[in-house]
Amino acid sequence: MSLAIDRGALTVRLAKAERRGKIRAFLLVAPLLAFVLLSFVIPIANLVTQAFYGDLVSSTMPKTTTELATWNGAMPVPESLCESFVTEFKAAKVKDPALPTRIATLVNREFSGSLSKLRPVANNELSAPYCGALAKLNDEWTKPEIWNAIKIVSPSVSPRFFIQSVDYRLNADGSIRPETEENKIHLALFGRTLYVAAAVTLFCALLGFPIGFLLAHLPARTSNLLMIIVLLPFWTSLLVRTTAWIALLQQNGVINDTLVALGLIADDHRPVMMYNMFATLVAMTHVLLPFMILPLYSVMTGIKPNFVRAARSLGATPFTAFWRVYFPLTIPGLGAGCLLVFILAIGYYITPALVGGQSGQLISNIIAFHMQKTLNWPLASAIGTLLLAGVLLLYWLYNRLVGIEKMKFA
Amino acid sequence: MKISKGLSVLLGAAAAIGLTAAAHAGQITVISWGGAYTNSQVKAYQEPWMKKTGNTIVSADYNGGLAEIKAQVQSGNVTWDVVDVETSEAISGCNDGLFEKIDASKLPKGENGAGPLEDFVPGAITDCAIANIAYANVIGYDSTKFPGDKPTKVADFFDLKKFPGKRGMKKEAKVNLEFALMADGVASADVYKVLATKEGVDRAFKKLETIKSSVVWWEAGAQPPQLLASGEVTMTTAYNGRLFTPAVKENKPFVIIWDGQQQVFDNWAIVKGTKNKDLALDFVAFSTSTKPLADQATYIPYGPARKSSAPFVGKFEDGKTDMAPHMPTNPDNMKNAIVQDVKFWADHYDELNERFVAWIGK
Repeated sequence: MSLAIDRGALTVRLAKAERRGKIRAFLLVAPLLAFVLLSFVIPIANLVTQAFYGDLVSSTMPKTTTELATWNGAMPVPESLCESFVTEFKAAKVKDPALPTRIATLVNREFSGSLSKLRPVANNELSAPYCGALAKLNDEWTKPEIWNAIKIVSPSVSPRFFIQSVDYRLNADGSIRPETEENKIHLALFGRTLYVAAAVTLFCALLGFPIGFLLAHLPARTSNLLMIIVLLPFWTSLLVRTTAWIALLQQNGVINDTLVALGLIADDHRPVMMYNMFATLVAMTHVLLPFMILPLYSVMTGIKPNFVRAARSLGATPFTAFWRVYFPLTIPGLGAGCLLVFILAIGYYITPALVGGQSGQLISNIIAFHMQKTLNWPLASAIGTLLLAGVLLLYWLYNRLVGIEKMKFA
Repeated sequence: MKISKGLSVLLGAAAAIGLTAAAHAGQITVISWGGAYTNSQVKAYQEPWMKKTGNTIVSADYNGGLAEIKAQVQSGNVTWDVVDVETSEAISGCNDGLFEKIDASKLPKGENGAGPLEDFVPGAITDCAIANIAYANVIGYDSTKFPGDKPTKVADFFDLKKFPGKRGMKKEAKVNLEFALMADGVASADVYKVLATKEGVDRAFKKLETIKSSVVWWEAGAQPPQLLASGEVTMTTAYNGRLFTPAVKENKPFVIIWDGQQQVFDNWAIVKGTKNKDLALDFVAFSTSTKPLADQATYIPYGPARKSSAPFVGKFEDGKTDMAPHMPTNPDNMKNAIVQDVKFWADHYDELNERFVAWIGK
């Protein structure tokens, strides 16, 4: 009897001790968790939300929003719509003088030129009948385009930025039209980005594999020296490395000058190596190479030389021993390197923008363009979300094909 | 509670002095474009203002664009007080509620007594920003590359047969579309009228298409002189000051074609929600007054935004180069010039730039 009681008390104490241990462990990782949450999860969630949610119009002009939702596109627009639009738009200015122009900027993105038609509405005295007053301000108010544009931007939840990310546009009636030929760009750039990333990954793998092999199988002193040479550019600023490539590759650059001096090429037939796809691939491969070498090296140093020796003693040719025994053992490192390089390459934009000329325009440049120049953050978010989804898809595919648990980063 | 009356008075006085000192010795952060340009502002605006008021300025650089300002305003954590922006960005930032409104009528009078609203050149005052200088987008070339005939007009930039070699252009629709139309024969006065139509935009892009394969695109103002110096291009668009400095200081063979120059203002804007609004306003008012604006021209050939500054513009810092002939606003350079139409660009910036970016990407 007393034994049973003791055992019960023991279990309770054990559970208590375990719980205390768990709490202590949690407190240890809590700062990191909070950091990741604050600096990574929340901003990303915020950006992804911006891509489809924006209540600027619907919260400042709720009546206009509901009336526009039921308006079927017929002209002239009903007087009640004009009235609620004018009164709410003017009220917005009283609440915050910047609001009308912020709304007008949104409308302007759907129908270029609206900005200068909307702002006078907030700045001028208008009286009933409001539709007539608007028409007197500007002829455009008697045409459907501007009303349609307001209708498109009014709902708080809208898929229009995702639609625009894949070169289509949303119409006011909910249908979709293809983007005009001269403005189509996103799909082509998604394609080019994938192509560049894949090519850079391939080059990194081809160049990095022998280097990793060399590093792993040389005596420690030599390999440490070589490792420093591999890591040295890694510690140099990205911009410095990129600019160095410009100095090397340009028309009157080091490489061309040397080739001319050696008499290998004529002075007026210098090959163009700068501001094209070639420069992009060379510079990106160089910048990303360490990300391939490091995981390969760490996997290769762990492969016991006995395996290859055993294969050879059992009669395998050097190639078979390499291909059937050694190479499969490097797959976790190769996979990790490829995944790292590919994901980093997909988001690259500074290097291609500086050395790539026209072909250096990748999807990330468009995201930066909308973040910095047009301030169209929802569109930038939508393109970014699609890119993120693409990376996650690749990650999932990789996991299915190779297995993420086998991966070794460094 | 036995503090003597004398001591408490002393303490009170000390506290009062401490408070006033804190109120006076303020600090603001001023953001500009870096290089020779920021240097000219430090010498002509910042150092005299700090000396006069006893406040300090933290000077930092940026690369244009409103993204950082928008992030600061939206997060309510404003660390930039005064920012140097182009007029189109001053307007779109004002529209977006990123900048404080500035009442230009409260700025100091000109040295000649003219009221501020009359003294500033047209277009220099907008709702949220006050222009300090006008610079010009010009075409420049390396004279050693064209031993025979020299290019003299915008159309020559697009003439690859007569003036062979690569061209440098800014990776932006603004400025390039105007150059293209002028080269295609549109009179400078009609450029924006033509550009407002679909046909006009098509025409500009068609003209650009004729040299597209020979263009090297640049993004930062420091690039065009480098492209010219390295021989990567023979002709390039550039900010006039960026070509002037290497030409005069380092004797580079750079020549500016003033035909078709496009003038743009650089402006001071105050970031919305700054805690140092009064100080920031004081700095803006001081630096855009007659003398500091004229002083800036000692360091860089950008035209002061006030008419009253013109008589005070002297020589370059080397003491011998007369600045007047290098100013975009010099009458000889103004024979065929346009002032960038900021209203047009506020309406069409997004649309035309999206098309431009798509066009480059193809």
